[in-house]
Order: sequence, then C-alpha cells, then structure tokens
Amino acid sequence: MIKIKNLHAEIEGNKILNGVNLEINAGEIHAIMGPNGSGKSTLASVLAGREEYEVTRGEVELMGENLLDLEPNERAAAGVFLAFQYPVEIPGVSNMNFLKTALKSIKEFKGEKPYTAKEFLQMVKKNQELVGLSGRLANRSVNEGFSGGEKKRNEIFQMAMLDPKFAILDETDSGLDIDALKTVADGVNQLKSPEKSFLLITHYQRLLDYIVPDFVHVLHKGQIVKTGPKELALELEEKGYDWLKEDGVEA
Amino acid sequence: MAYTETELAEELKSQKYKYGFTSKFETDRVPKGLNEDVIKMISAKKKEPEWLLEFRLNSYRNWLNMKEPNWAHVKYKKPDFQEITYYAAPQPKKQLNSLDEVDPELRNMYEKLGISIAEQKRLAGVKTDDEDKKELSGVAMDVVVDSVSVETTFKEKLNELGVIFCSFSEAVQKYPDLVRENMGKVVPPNDNFYAALNSAVFTDGSFCYIPKGVRCPMELSTYFRINEAGTGQFERTLIVAEDEAYVSYLEGCTAPTRDENQLHAAVVEIVAKNDAEVKYSTVQNWYPGDENGKGGVFNFVTKRGLCEGTRSKISWTQVETGSAITWKYPSCVLKGDYSEGEFYSVAVTNNHQMADTGTKMTHIGRNTKSLIISKGISAGVSENSYRGLVQINKQAKNSRNFSQCDSLLIGDKCGAHTFPYIETKNSSSKVEHEATTSKIGEDQIFYCQQRGMDEEAAVSLIVNGYAKEVLNKLPMEFAVEAKKLLEVTLEGSVG
Repeated sequence: MIKIKNLHAEIEGNKILNGVNLEINAGEIHAIMGPNGSGKSTLASVLAGREEYEVTRGEVELMGENLLDLEPNERAAAGVFLAFQYPVEIPGVSNMNFLKTALKSIKEFKGEKPYTAKEFLQMVKKNQELVGLSGRLANRSVNEGFSGGEKKRNEIFQMAMLDPKFAILDETDSGLDIDALKTVADGVNQLKSPEKSFLLITHYQRLLDYIVPDFVHVLHKGQIVKTGPKELALELEEKGYDWLKEDGVEA
Repeated sequence: MAYTETELAEELKSQKYKYGFTSKFETDRVPKGLNEDVIKMISAKKKEPEWLLEFRLNSYRNWLNMKEPNWAHVKYKKPDFQEITYYAAPQPKKQLNSLDEVDPELRNMYEKLGISIAEQKRLAGVKTDDEDKKELSGVAMDVVVDSVSVETTFKEKLNELGVIFCSFSEAVQKYPDLVRENMGKVVPPNDNFYAALNSAVFTDGSFCYIPKGVRCPMELSTYFRINEAGTGQFERTLIVAEDEAYVSYLEGCTAPTRDENQLHAAVVEIVAKNDAEVKYSTVQNWYPGDENGKGGVFNFVTKRGLCEGTRSKISWTQVETGSAITWKYPSCVLKGDYSEGEFYSVAVTNNHQMADTGTKMTHIGRNTKSLIISKGISAGVSENSYRGLVQINKQAKNSRNFSQCDSLLIGDKCGAHTFPYIETKNSSSKVEHEATTSKIGEDQIFYCQQRGMDEEAAVSLIVNGYAKEVLNKLPMEFAVEAKKLLEVTLEGSVG
C-alpha cells in the first residue's frame, strides 16, 4: 500500500524527520508511538502534503505512485485520509455541505459521477450510526462548538464517508473519555478491510487495547528506532521511552 | 505545491471585472458643470412642478455652504464637481414591434447584464406575447441607465393590487402628492454633503408605494448602470409602505471600466407605517478600479429608513463588492414603539478598494429593537472599515440592540477596522456589541484540501460560510448572484 523510504523533512530549517523507513501492506494496521517531539505528527503532515514542511530527501510511494508529487487534494483523491489531531472549525459551513463539496471534488478529480442526493443521504445515515452521531452533527457548522469527543468522532465519520485506502489517525485518542474512545475504535474496526491500511499515531497504549495493530513502531528523533508486535506497546507503557532512547542512540 | 496566502493574494490581484463594457447608444445630456442654470435645465427636461425645482434649488444653496465629509477611513482625490455631467439619458424610444428594432447597443447591454429575452422586450418597450410572460421571473424590474429609468416591468399586475412601482420621474408626474409628502422626510436635503448634492441634481430612480394591507407578491427590483463617461449618477429611491404592507426590494448596479473616477451619490428613503415591513437588499458591484487603483466608482450613498409606525420593521441587507471608495451607512430611525431595524452586510474589498460602511440605529420609540450583523472581508492592499452608531434615546425605554462585527483578512497587506459608537440615554435598555478579526486560516484551507477540495473550492467554501448569515437574508435570485460575485471577486476566476 504505502512505502516510505529514507524520508527526511524539515520546517523552518529544523530537521524533524531524519530518514524514516516504513512499509505498510494492504489490510495492515500500524501504530507509531514515541515521546513528544519525536516527529510523529510531522510524519502525518508530510504524508498529507502540508506545505510548511519541506521534504529534503527520500520517497513515498502510494500503490506505486509518487505521493510527494501530488497536491494535498490529489492525495485525498488518491485515497489518503488524515484524521487531524486538532480538527479545524469552519464557521457557517454545515457538515453536510462540507462533505458534499469534498465528495464532489474527489469524484470530479477522478472523472466519476457524483453521488446522487439519495445515495449521499444513505451514506450519511449509515456512517453517522457507525460513530454514534446519528442526526446530531449534520446541520451544524464543521466542528464549530463541538466538544473534543464530537470533533474526533466527526473525523472518523468523515473518514467513513470518504472511504480512503490509507488512513492516518493523528492522536485521535487524545482527550477522549473511555466511551468515546470505544466508539472511535469501533468505527475504525468496522471500516477495517483487506484493501485498507491504517497508521495510528498515539502516545498511549490505551487505544491499542481497542484497535489491535499488526505492528508497533517507535519513533525517536525522526527515525524509527524499534519495531515490534503489539506487545511492544505494553512494554513501552511499562518502561517508558528512555531505554529505547539509549538503544536508539547506540543503534 | 499547495496554495499559500501569497499565491492567493497574487491571484486576487488579477481578478477581472466582467461588467466593464461600454454601450454606445445615443444620449441626451446637459453641459457639464453645476450651477442653478444646470439644475433648472434638468428640472425643465423632466417637466417638473415648481415645488420640486424649489426643492432642488434650496438643496443646491445648502450644498454650496457644506463641506465634504472627511471623517471616513478612506483616502481619495475629491471630485471636481464642475467636471461632472449631471444629466445623460439614452434617447427616448418609441413603441417597437420586435426586438430587432431595439437599439442593438441597448440590447447588447441587457444581454451582457444577463437580462432574459422576455425581460429585454419589456425593458425595450417591445410588445410581449404569452410565451414571454411565462418566461418572466417573479421579479418586477426597473433599469436605470445613467440618469433615467428605462422601463418598469410588471406594471399592470402590480396596478391591480394598487402597488405603484415606477420611475421617480413618472411618480413626480402621476403621483405628485405622494412624492411631495414623503420626499426628504427621512433624508432631509441638508442632511449631509452628498445627500444635498443629490437633492439638487438627482435625475431619476425608483418610486414604490404599497397600499394598506397589501403584501407585494413579487420582489421589486431596480438595476442601476452608469454608462456614459464623465457622468455622475444621482438617483433617488423612495419606498412608502402603508399600514400592514410588505415589500421586498432589490437593487443591483454595475458600471463600465474607466480610468477616471465616476461619482455615484444616491439617496434612498423608506417609510414604514404601522405593522409595515420593508426589506431592502443591495448587491453593489460598481466598477472597483483596476489592480493599481486606477479608476473606479466613488459610491457615496445615503440610505435611511424611518420606522414611523408601531411594530414596523425595516431590514437592510447589502453585499458590497464593487466601487473604488464606498461611503455608505444604511440606517434605521426607530420611531414607532416596538419597531425593529436590521442591518446585514457583507463588504468585500480587494486591491486598492476602500470601504467605510456600516449603519446607524436610532432608537426613539419604546421597546424598539435593532440587530446589526456586519461581515468585512479584506484582500490585496484594501482598507475595510465598519462604522456604526447605536443611539438609544431617553424615551426609548426597554430597547435592545445586538451588534456583531466580524472582519476577515486575506493576505497581510490589507486593513480591517471597526468603529462602533454606542450612546445609551436610559437605563432600561440593553446594548451588546461583539467584534472579531481573523485571518483566513491556512489550517482551514489545508483541512479542506485534505478532504479533496482544491484551493479555490476551499477558499470559496470558507468565505461563503463566513458570510452565510448575511447571504441567507437575501432573496434567492440575489443570493445565487451574490455567492457567484464573492467567488469571482475572491478567486480571480473570470466568469
């Protein structure tokens, strides 16, 4: 699905990513953990195409296509989705209008026919139920006045609507109470399929109790310093990151 | 590469004005310059009664002693009032049998303005058939080119209800008492420099009278156009709504692209009696000047409504995208108890445009209410100011006002300013004012892009969302046009 090779990126001259290598196959869920400032969110932003970040070296391929050549909206059309850590508010734009515009843009870009109003409404209904938002957010402005939990659920709802191939969840678990966390995890688990890949960025092992990853990676100083099975997350929870920092430096 | 603010700002510079054409039909004009003889000439051309000539001459004499206001947050070279032509009219026309007989230039202009064939026939005085009648939208339209009103549509249908909708000149001839009674009542001829000038030299405009208990079944609309070079446009609109009457009135305007500045100084007066309601919507798209600030219309307008009766209501909704300089404060005088005034505004400035616009809400009656929603959008090197006065007089007990003034900045070379003035002279009233200033967020644009929209679609979605509260207040025909206008103004896409 996605191949990241020796990826280096910086912002305003500060080097954040220093050679990330990562390959995710279709159907896999990977988790990236790591201390504050290790470059987790930068990796998400670079993959989504945020232009403040400059890629200085390396390659990213999405299903054989050079991802770094694409505009952010083209990446979205190609199937990349980023659930934001801090979803943005857009006053005066209803959730429905926002999603309609987004879906129309993607369909247009691919040269496909847009969904009919009926199809669209059916999708909305189905996917709202998935994240426990039935009827609550449709006519409110995008994320405006939403609680932290509603914002994160809305990200998952949007993900379900756009049906991406490769979804990045950037600290979607932060600020969620246990019920909201379960709802979000349920949503992701239901969307999981052999054709889709997920990259979960998180600080805490907690999320991984509900969304079980195939691999866990530890990012430190812009490099993946350790990769392991899901048990690695438990180990990190117990021991913290310091022992890996040592290892990382030595390695 | 994604969209940066710098790119957006660059793109905005290159936006084109699509109404910049000039039409060459024959015109009848008076010599340029302003003196009592010119005023007498205008009055004579329009065969006006003596009292109206007196009104004009008194206004002129007042004007001579007045100074041009300079308190607004705008900079421009003051117009030379002797260089302006105060009257220019397309040659009078005769009854025509088909559109082929219409002056092709006039027809051409209608087409460029997007007026339908059926509507064109009406406007050009061509006989219409049943097919045409079906095509006509539910909007009665009047077109004012330069100084005079070309034609008013739907007259017969409105006549049946007793609604009068005609050009100001026609009203002076046919309904002199109604005009005389109400003209200058809301905006006195000596109200301000430009209102005085207008009162002296106004050439035409629209008159609208809704009798007691009548809800006008269609939108009434006037389309203003400055065509001739070196002319000013000084129109007057007077709307009178009797007890329990209702009317929604639309006003649109464009002007050709010219290197010189053209002056537009209009006066709009509204009178609402007991339980009457008047909605007045404007989409102002006068030529804004080029990207270097050359040319463009000076839009110095006095608009005021008098809520004379109990429970009367006047709403102003404006979408201001054009003009080099805008100086405009559609206001409400809330005289009747329980009367209500509303002001909804979206003002967009780009390149070198400067706008100083807002409203005045004067509370006189008890339990009066006013609402102000102002949304400014500044781009380029423009300056956009909101200026508003909320005045609650001593006897206006239990009055309420709520004001919200938001400013949105695009790029880092433009300015947004808010000048709210609040005067409250009693303790039972409540005034609330909220103001915000924000920059269009790279975060917001990126969020939309991540969901699949390109930069233009993202900016358009965000700006429309920002202005939604106001756009929603426009009648549907206008809302669509206004949205498009916002997109064109802010995206650089040539329509």
